[in-house]
Amino acid sequence: MAVSVGEAVSAGPAGDRTPPARRFGGRGRSVLEVVLLAVLAVVMLFPALWMIETSIKENRDVYAIPAKFFDFTVTMDHFRDVFVASGGTRSALSVSFLNSVVVAGVSTVLATVLGVPAAWAYSRFAVRAKKDQLFFILSTRFMPPVVVVIPIFLMYRQVGLIDTKLGLILIYAAFNVPFTIWMMKGFVDEVPAEYEDAAMLDGYTRLQAFWKFTLPLLLPGIAATAVFALIFSWNEFVFAIFLTSSDTVRTAPPAIAGLIGGTTVDWGLVAAASVVFALPVLVFAYLVRRHLVAGVTLGAVRR
Amino acid sequence: MAGIEVSALHKRYPDGTVAVDHVDLSIGDGELFVMLGPSGCGKTTTLRAIAGLERQTSGDIRIGDTLVNDLPPAERDIAMVFQFYALYPHLRTRDNLAFPLRAEGLPKAQVRERVEEAARLMRLGPLLDRRPHRLSGGEQQRVALARALVRRPRAFLMDEPLTNLDAELRADMRTEIKHLQGELGTTMVYVTHDQVEAMSLGHRIAILNKGRVEQIGTPLEVYDRPASLFCAAFIGSPPMNLIEVEVAEGRLRGHSGLELTPPPGLPRDRRLVAGVRPEALEVTEPGAQGSVPARVVSAEWLGDEVIYVVDHGGGRDLRVRMPPTVRFAADAPVGLRHTGATPAVYDVSTEELVA
Repeated sequence: MAVSVGEAVSAGPAGDRTPPARRFGGRGRSVLEVVLLAVLAVVMLFPALWMIETSIKENRDVYAIPAKFFDFTVTMDHFRDVFVASGGTRSALSVSFLNSVVVAGVSTVLATVLGVPAAWAYSRFAVRAKKDQLFFILSTRFMPPVVVVIPIFLMYRQVGLIDTKLGLILIYAAFNVPFTIWMMKGFVDEVPAEYEDAAMLDGYTRLQAFWKFTLPLLLPGIAATAVFALIFSWNEFVFAIFLTSSDTVRTAPPAIAGLIGGTTVDWGLVAAASVVFALPVLVFAYLVRRHLVAGVTLGAVRR
Repeated sequence: MAGIEVSALHKRYPDGTVAVDHVDLSIGDGELFVMLGPSGCGKTTTLRAIAGLERQTSGDIRIGDTLVNDLPPAERDIAMVFQFYALYPHLRTRDNLAFPLRAEGLPKAQVRERVEEAARLMRLGPLLDRRPHRLSGGEQQRVALARALVRRPRAFLMDEPLTNLDAELRADMRTEIKHLQGELGTTMVYVTHDQVEAMSLGHRIAILNKGRVEQIGTPLEVYDRPASLFCAAFIGSPPMNLIEVEVAEGRLRGHSGLELTPPPGLPRDRRLVAGVRPEALEVTEPGAQGSVPARVVSAEWLGDEVIYVVDHGGGRDLRVRMPPTVRFAADAPVGLRHTGATPAVYDVSTEELVA
């Protein structure tokens, strides 16, 4: 990776039109880039690596000074503790993980089912004050959730949604619908409306045309959008901690946070719970990684 | 087969934009009718209303003897070809062609027979087992045409079908479409913004502007006597020269002294503009009989002809089409005279043809 000055200069004049100094500047810059990126990667990845290490260390190794990077005994006890309570019954953490799965899953499905047809309608039809409506929808995402958490807490207390999974599902769906509409509108715009026109001329109704021809082409976009919505709901902390209190309803983020703050903190358990919590998101992001980056590319359409 | 009658068509979108203000069309049975206009003139909306893809705000559409206002697209017995072809991406060419027939519920043998026939007509043999993404633009458009053919509809609606093709292919397909329409004798409504396409294809052309019909006529009528200044500027390349003129001593005279033969029945006391085609003017040696002094601003050598841009001291520069044998250098002093028949004359305030 390291390039000496002599090497770069000698390669310069022979059949290469770029002046040697410039060439070295280019190399020098790319070396700098690599170094900076490496530093950044270490800073970003170290906490994650340390979390994984801590989750498989025994407690005395966790507290060892100087810290043990490599020569510790590997144990899976913490992971067992995440799921199984001391008496052999289900742990509170495992219940909260299940709650997270239910809340994130249902709210994502709800947001997708509502948001995709809305996005289609906004993309295809001339709607009165369409731009204003779309701006309004987007504007609901402008403020940080914490701003509205108190009013929502009061409203939820009135209607009895405090400390219920349904309450969390609804609020997450409400946050994800605008996001879904905006993401999906872009994807729908990419699919030529002519498919639906052609299908309608071939005897389908507008909804059938959407269902049979546009929707299949939207699936990659829907997958990408749904994963984003899922990650939002899965990671959400503020609403979860304000609107739920009992162990049977609570989702994983506040449950994990609740492990910290007693007289002693079982860091091994915290780390193991965090690893378990992070895994589904990583898996999903990996599954749709191509769509997250590239969006939809439809080979069939030449514009 | 059937003619198409559009009367007092008006289309206003919920957001208030008026796409079609007022359109009356009477398209004959077996006619190749072209709707021409700039983008946003309402031509596509009119076509989509005929297809049933848009519901007009008011006005009637008849296909044959049937009032189709409330019929869904599929029941209007028409086929449409789109700018983006709109071939179903997951189906092979063969199935794309068969799709509308299967949707109609025709028996299998008949479907196969019709698909074979359309494929033969559009020479699609080797493409039948490919999917759309493995076809070139021209091939996709041929498939799209074939898909329209198989249905044997009462009318074809074409929405700028050649816009996405490169120039050479476009000329080929133009010929092919014209030939096909002549062969089948099916009514065809063809929307385009390309005046060359309109002139070469249409039996008749309707020029639309701002949701209204400016002129309907055969290509030659539209070329020779554009009904308005808009049509005059839209048809022809280079476009018609518009010269401000006044009536004096029984002649039409431009500000520079350029004289034109006046048509009969010119109104007095109005500001007039004469529309003169580039080929109705002539660049001559300076001082030639009947010419006014002028200067060549630039010359475009196109091979088969030369387009001179000439400054004659009378407002806008004029474009003159000359055979390539006549050569004047840029900036050369020349003469300019009118050689054609009586020009079309327009009222400046109404922008309409007065004589």
